[in-house]
Amino acid sequence: MAVGKNILRKDGYEKLTGAARYVDDVTLEGMLYGKTIRSRIARGRIKSIAYDAAFDWSQIVIADYRDIPGKNYVALIEDDQPLLAENEIRHYAEPILLIAAANKDLLEAAAHHIHIEYEQWSPVLSIEDALACREIIYGTDNIFKRFLIGRGDVEEGFAQAERIIEGEYRVPHQEQLYIEPQGMIAIPGNEAMTLMGSMQCPYYIHKAIKQLFHLNDEQVVVIQMTTGGGFGGKEEYPSVIAAHAALLAHKAQRPVKLIYDRAEDIAATPKRHPGVIRHRTGVRRDGRMVASEIDLVFDGGAYVTLTPVVLSRGVIHALGPYACDNVRIQARAIATNTPPNGAFRGFGAPQVAFAYEMQMEKIAAELGMDSLELRRINMLREGDTTATGQTLIWSVGSEEVLNEAVERANYQAQRLAFSQSHSSIQTSTTNHVEAHKRRGIGLSFFLHGAGFTGSGEAKMKAQAGIEIMANGHPRVLSGSTEIGQGTRTIFSQIVAEELSLDFSAVEIEEPDTSRVPDSGPTVASRTCMVVGRVVQMAAREVKAKLLHFVAERFAAPEVELREGKFMVAEKALADFQEMACEYVNLFGELRCFAHYASPPEIEWNEETYSGDAYPVYSWGAEVAEVEVDMDTYEVTVVRLTTAQDIGRAIHPLLAAGQIEGGTLQAVGYGLLEELVWDQGRIINNRLTNYIIPTALDAPDMETIIVEKAYPHGPFGAKGVGELPINGAAPAIAAAVFQATGAFLSEIPITPERLQAAIEKVTTDEHR
Amino acid sequence: MRRLLDVLREDLRLTGTKEGCGEGECGACSVIVDGEVINSCLVPVCQTQKAQILTVEGLAMDGRLNGLQQAFLECGGAQCGICTPGMLIAARALLEANAQPSRDEIKEAIAGNLCRCTGYVKIIDAIEQAATAPAQIL
Repeated sequence: MAVGKNILRKDGYEKLTGAARYVDDVTLEGMLYGKTIRSRIARGRIKSIAYDAAFDWSQIVIADYRDIPGKNYVALIEDDQPLLAENEIRHYAEPILLIAAANKDLLEAAAHHIHIEYEQWSPVLSIEDALACREIIYGTDNIFKRFLIGRGDVEEGFAQAERIIEGEYRVPHQEQLYIEPQGMIAIPGNEAMTLMGSMQCPYYIHKAIKQLFHLNDEQVVVIQMTTGGGFGGKEEYPSVIAAHAALLAHKAQRPVKLIYDRAEDIAATPKRHPGVIRHRTGVRRDGRMVASEIDLVFDGGAYVTLTPVVLSRGVIHALGPYACDNVRIQARAIATNTPPNGAFRGFGAPQVAFAYEMQMEKIAAELGMDSLELRRINMLREGDTTATGQTLIWSVGSEEVLNEAVERANYQAQRLAFSQSHSSIQTSTTNHVEAHKRRGIGLSFFLHGAGFTGSGEAKMKAQAGIEIMANGHPRVLSGSTEIGQGTRTIFSQIVAEELSLDFSAVEIEEPDTSRVPDSGPTVASRTCMVVGRVVQMAAREVKAKLLHFVAERFAAPEVELREGKFMVAEKALADFQEMACEYVNLFGELRCFAHYASPPEIEWNEETYSGDAYPVYSWGAEVAEVEVDMDTYEVTVVRLTTAQDIGRAIHPLLAAGQIEGGTLQAVGYGLLEELVWDQGRIINNRLTNYIIPTALDAPDMETIIVEKAYPHGPFGAKGVGELPINGAAPAIAAAVFQATGAFLSEIPITPERLQAAIEKVTTDEHR
Repeated sequence: MRRLLDVLREDLRLTGTKEGCGEGECGACSVIVDGEVINSCLVPVCQTQKAQILTVEGLAMDGRLNGLQQAFLECGGAQCGICTPGMLIAARALLEANAQPSRDEIKEAIAGNLCRCTGYVKIIDAIEQAATAPAQIL
């Protein structure tokens, strides 16, 4: 059995010896280095571009929008983002010019001899600015996209409510901060333009380059190199970098390498969408929710890019893992003159998760009720219906994860103990040491839809295949990328399991668009559940073909494949490898492709935005224990306990690695990570002052994997990549609330923000 | 003035040592110079005259992973792999100085090496495991 075992990861050896080749590790003969010249204003137009006459420009390749053979747009949802600005500037760090030179010193020198003058216009820099419509920068109302979903009768629901509780929550930008900065190499050629680099989605780049350069499928080859983290940040933006490198390479007719340094990467590439989320909830005195009205606004930045899809995931997850019969959720994404926000692990869901979980804390506090009890009263269970009208028919691990997390963390006893110790502190003013540090424990509960939203997977029809190599071993053909999460390893396990082979016999083809089919992007927690399923189906086809072949060859009707051997009852006829070789020798090749088909039970209505928004959900619960220093207002997360239902862990160690990594990234979101803006420019675009968690910030973590099998996933697996990013921020805020009495409706919970909140509590108490 | 990192990567083609920030914050470029872990992006190459330098390429012997690398592989200490060379180097320096570190000492020793994938749990597990068989590490 390969599935469920912690086999050694396929790409381990190269990564541990330093032999793995990342894009910046490659140097090609005659290669130039590229650089992007960017705007230094947030909004306006270019008045002039001047090149110092004293500088020797003969050694510099310069490209601008006029060098683009096709239309000047980066292919995504809408054609609104130019590859290079022509005249109007819509955000700081917008690409205007590209330069290339044979060495980096010359390149930097050239950049200093280019002078761009602008006419500055008044920029729109916040959600409030955009909604006020004093300046119109998109359409007629600055709104990129709206959704309205709901069911039941909200007015009637509020009429039945005994209490109506309102809350407003604010969530910030967050930078993915993969440790390998973005980069790409473009190689021009007579046959094809080749792009190789750091990416999640080779076929996104393929499509963008074809459109920009008027090329056909075969004339563009995109190859993923070892990629040093993505987290969504290498979903859409690598298309821009690839196209920039390609444009320089096209003009220079030489290979061009374009690597961002950290400052440029943070300044220019997409972030998690910031948002403002308002809840108005009608509840009965016993805690049952009877009406819920939610309004969410996300800041999309200067261009549409992926914003409508992020918003759609946000609106669908806005009510969280709770049942309510009367719901209305309005969602809007607005335009600002800031760099476009885009994909980041969770994709709209972590924002709304902070809001819905803090709203639960608020409701519980106002009702004088335990918030765990409130969650249990309202939680979705199998057979319940979500805000989009989806009835949950399978793989609902909601109760299991909540119970597991609460029990393993000893939540209830700890919560009681902390609350008693706080009341004793308040009565004894002498014990300063105790008062100096306050402990609290908090809980969060969440769900995450796996795969694309709505009919996305049905439209995508992800493809993958398996071919038998000359040595009789199978090779997986898939456009899904390894970005550290373990694609290569889990695909090997799935195929090994289906073909009853040792996993080491399975090879994974490099993600190269000339050799692998389009499996869809490596995003949305879909690689295992969706593409893994397709790989499994392709393996089944290979198996069926070989069984048929062996049955005919041995004139044995009842052939089975067990432990790498074709068997009739207990008699071994031949082994897999031998028969696979023979098949290939006889017929020339054995290649099977499969494509994804949504489960027949799933129905989604794009017009009314209702129905089965996702084929299935993963479920999580998390308990955070914190210590707050009441002198410095620093919050230390002492311990995190999380239980997550992912259907089936194909590789438990890798799955736990996803959960732990996502959880710590969410600790950063909740406590540390904050971009500082000045007139549309990020001023802390460095690792010195954009703070992500170090090992010293990492709490002890206990991870419990719950496996409620999903019948349409490979061996029961659902998505795991994004689920864990939802839990930590609200659990920490709930723990801080218990520890200090301060209710934080905005993250990150920096010492400054916590101090203000605690001072407000103190002032309110003295009133 | 050239940085030690550039000479390692560009002249010697030892590309296992990575650049993540160029300002000594991320630790992806960690190497051991005369027994001390340093960020090679912050050190001018001229300061390393006659020094003994250990990079990730110097860990495996005859193509076989050493005990520390093997522990990272078994415990899930490497995901995307970009921080891994620096992390291994920081761990190596720790284990040379302290053969039996506590989890807190491990955290302290790798606090200058950022990882965005693992949440550090499995990296700490790996270093702890490697410490149980010190002979295979050094």
